[in-house]
Amino acid sequence: MSDRRRGDAPGLSTTVAHRSGFARLLRAEWTKFRTVRGWVLAMAAAALVTVLLGLLSASGSHTSCGGACPAVPVGPGGEAVEDKFYFVHRPLNGDGSITVRVTSMTGQIRLPDLTPTPTPGTRRVVSGLVPWAKAGVMIKESMKQGSTYAAVMVTGAHGVRMQHDFTQDVAGRPGGVSQRSPRWLRLTRSGEDLTGYESTDGRQWTRVGTAHLAGLPDAVQVGLFAASPGDLTVTPGDFGGSSAASRFAEATAVFDQVSLEGSVADGVWRPDDVGVTLDPDGSAHHPGGFKESGDTYTVAGVGDIAPLSDGPQIENTLTGLLTGLIVVIVVAVMFITTEYRRGLIRTTLLAGPRRGRTLVAKALAIGAVTFVTGLAAATAAVTLGKGILVANGNYVLPVAPFTELRVIAGTAALLAAAAVLALAVGTLFRRSVAAVITAIVLIVVPYILATASVLPAGAAQWLMRLTPAAGFAIQQSIPAYAHVLGNYTPSGGYYPLAPWAGLAVLCGYAVLALGLAVFQLRRRDA
Amino acid sequence: MRRHLQAEWTKLRTVAGTGWLLLGLVALTVAVSVVAAAAVSCTSAGCAYDPAKISLFGVQVGQAMAAILAVLAISGEYSTGMIRTTLVAMPRRATVLAAKAAVVTGLTLAAGTVAVLASLLVGRRILLENGFTRGPGTLMLSLFEGPMLRAAFGSVLYLALIALLSLGIAAAVRDSATAIGVVLGLLYVLSILPFMIADPGWQKLLWQLSPMNAGLAIQATTHLSTLPLSPWAGLGVLALWSAAALLGGGLSLRLRDA
Repeated sequence: MSDRRRGDAPGLSTTVAHRSGFARLLRAEWTKFRTVRGWVLAMAAAALVTVLLGLLSASGSHTSCGGACPAVPVGPGGEAVEDKFYFVHRPLNGDGSITVRVTSMTGQIRLPDLTPTPTPGTRRVVSGLVPWAKAGVMIKESMKQGSTYAAVMVTGAHGVRMQHDFTQDVAGRPGGVSQRSPRWLRLTRSGEDLTGYESTDGRQWTRVGTAHLAGLPDAVQVGLFAASPGDLTVTPGDFGGSSAASRFAEATAVFDQVSLEGSVADGVWRPDDVGVTLDPDGSAHHPGGFKESGDTYTVAGVGDIAPLSDGPQIENTLTGLLTGLIVVIVVAVMFITTEYRRGLIRTTLLAGPRRGRTLVAKALAIGAVTFVTGLAAATAAVTLGKGILVANGNYVLPVAPFTELRVIAGTAALLAAAAVLALAVGTLFRRSVAAVITAIVLIVVPYILATASVLPAGAAQWLMRLTPAAGFAIQQSIPAYAHVLGNYTPSGGYYPLAPWAGLAVLCGYAVLALGLAVFQLRRRDA
Repeated sequence: MRRHLQAEWTKLRTVAGTGWLLLGLVALTVAVSVVAAAAVSCTSAGCAYDPAKISLFGVQVGQAMAAILAVLAISGEYSTGMIRTTLVAMPRRATVLAAKAAVVTGLTLAAGTVAVLASLLVGRRILLENGFTRGPGTLMLSLFEGPMLRAAFGSVLYLALIALLSLGIAAAVRDSATAIGVVLGLLYVLSILPFMIADPGWQKLLWQLSPMNAGLAIQATTHLSTLPLSPWAGLGVLALWSAAALLGGGLSLRLRDA
């Protein structure tokens, strides 16, 4: 017993000594950083330049609508949405269902104007459907834009789908509709649960999906709808980047065999052009339409029922980050290379002979300093920048508080990981210039090539997957939706990796480089 | 001046990094150009890409090597204390800077010519395979047609001007890490800033002021009318930047203690 205690005691005290030893190392590194005035000033400058450039770019962005801009509807999940379609509906109380047969879906698309235009005002309109043109049956809380809904639909090129609450999309069977192969659609309501079915003959039904619409009131609207998002073309910019343009497209669907079950008020179908844009003279711009002849209903619609992915986003206020990042890289590299130049490294390694721990302490110190600086800068840039954007009449796409927190804290983490990577590269090279260049070529240059050069989108996406620049994905606040066509390229602000996955790639590079640096520091003379 | 030139040439020649940097300039420029050329293809609907810009794409990365070469030519002396010996031996400081500029420019021009010619020749082959067509009235020009020749010649000049800009900044800043940070910030960050601002007026102004965007206008052979600056005016903007940097660096070298 007493032997065991005696045996334990030294081990215990060694652990305590190690721990306090590491705290001492950390403190020493913090003191080194704190007492070099140039580095402290540079860090402050990095924060300041990040904020100021962000605010400059925010103040360069103006929107005016000739009077008050129309309010952007917000979906049940809090995201900005487009809720614009033609809806032929009736009130439904309590449980019930709607069944229809879709016998035709056609449409028209406006093509880009020819340059030079043969005669002014010539429009090239061809018949056709955009991939996400949609028509089918819908149950919606109310006629208010952004209210909760679920719908089963036939689409232009993505077969049957069941969608609800703008962001949710479930695939049914592929294929389009025609006179010879019509599609039957059914939507059933039972309390707050809506279930979609499809069938090719009206007898054998397949379930597509079930949506739970929380808080769906007893009285809802049920009916037929049609909508078609604009035809999107993305063109590479003349001096780099890309620009997206969307032109008018319309979808027309023919329904018959319409049957309603449940407590549906008698009377007529009410047509509504939900969210239609009005011209200055008060007439509808690109109106939809509804025709009823016998048992056949023809519904034509323009617009989309989908989350908005286009417009100023909170991360647009973080444009100054690149400049701040370069300053951080320079400081982090000098944090180690100056020690080699001045010979201080020998004293450092004498005081902390376990080289790996010494370097880890250094990395922690520079990482923590950078994280705190980055957090302050990103918080200021995002909050102030958002204020400026809104004051300039812009509508900033709303995001959940957690997403905003992720963008801000993620930006700070991105800077901190870059600092650790730069420090590790500095340790490997021991020379400032080579290390600064390497760190910048690893982190900053791929980002610039991917977002602002003439590089095609595919190559740009690979750069944002494989290089440490993948970390920038943490800044993307609006996700890319598979059921909405968009300019989902790095130059459009959409990255191929998920936010945390992107940051993980950068952190992986930082850890790998730090590991190599520890290995080299142990092996080589100082 | 001849003695100065000889001294600077000897110094730069005998430093281990110079050869590697020049080799790096050529290799990086050609490699990145090849990757860019391989990544684009033309559809039957037409070519959205400028063949000259694509096959000289690597210049955007290779320029970093020219910048390091120039920065090290002067800040290397400050970090080792060699600068004091240099200034004792050659007390006319402006002439020392001029000699450094001449030697660095000469080396960059030589390596740049090799890099640009190789990129164009290899890039052209790849682009032709990727659907760019040869013949009258098409985008694909031969190497000796006016705009292509201008893009090639201008890109070599561009690299030399980047080296001079870096030399001037390094003479003013002295510390190598800071100098390289400033140079790369000036080049890369300023180049991306116009894309982050929505206002078209600001966008155009920032584009015209950015040394990299304006300078690389010299590589454009298509859509010339949509460029905010004509090719030669763009290279002129970069030349102004370089002149200002050299002037600042020269004054700092004259007025401050070494």
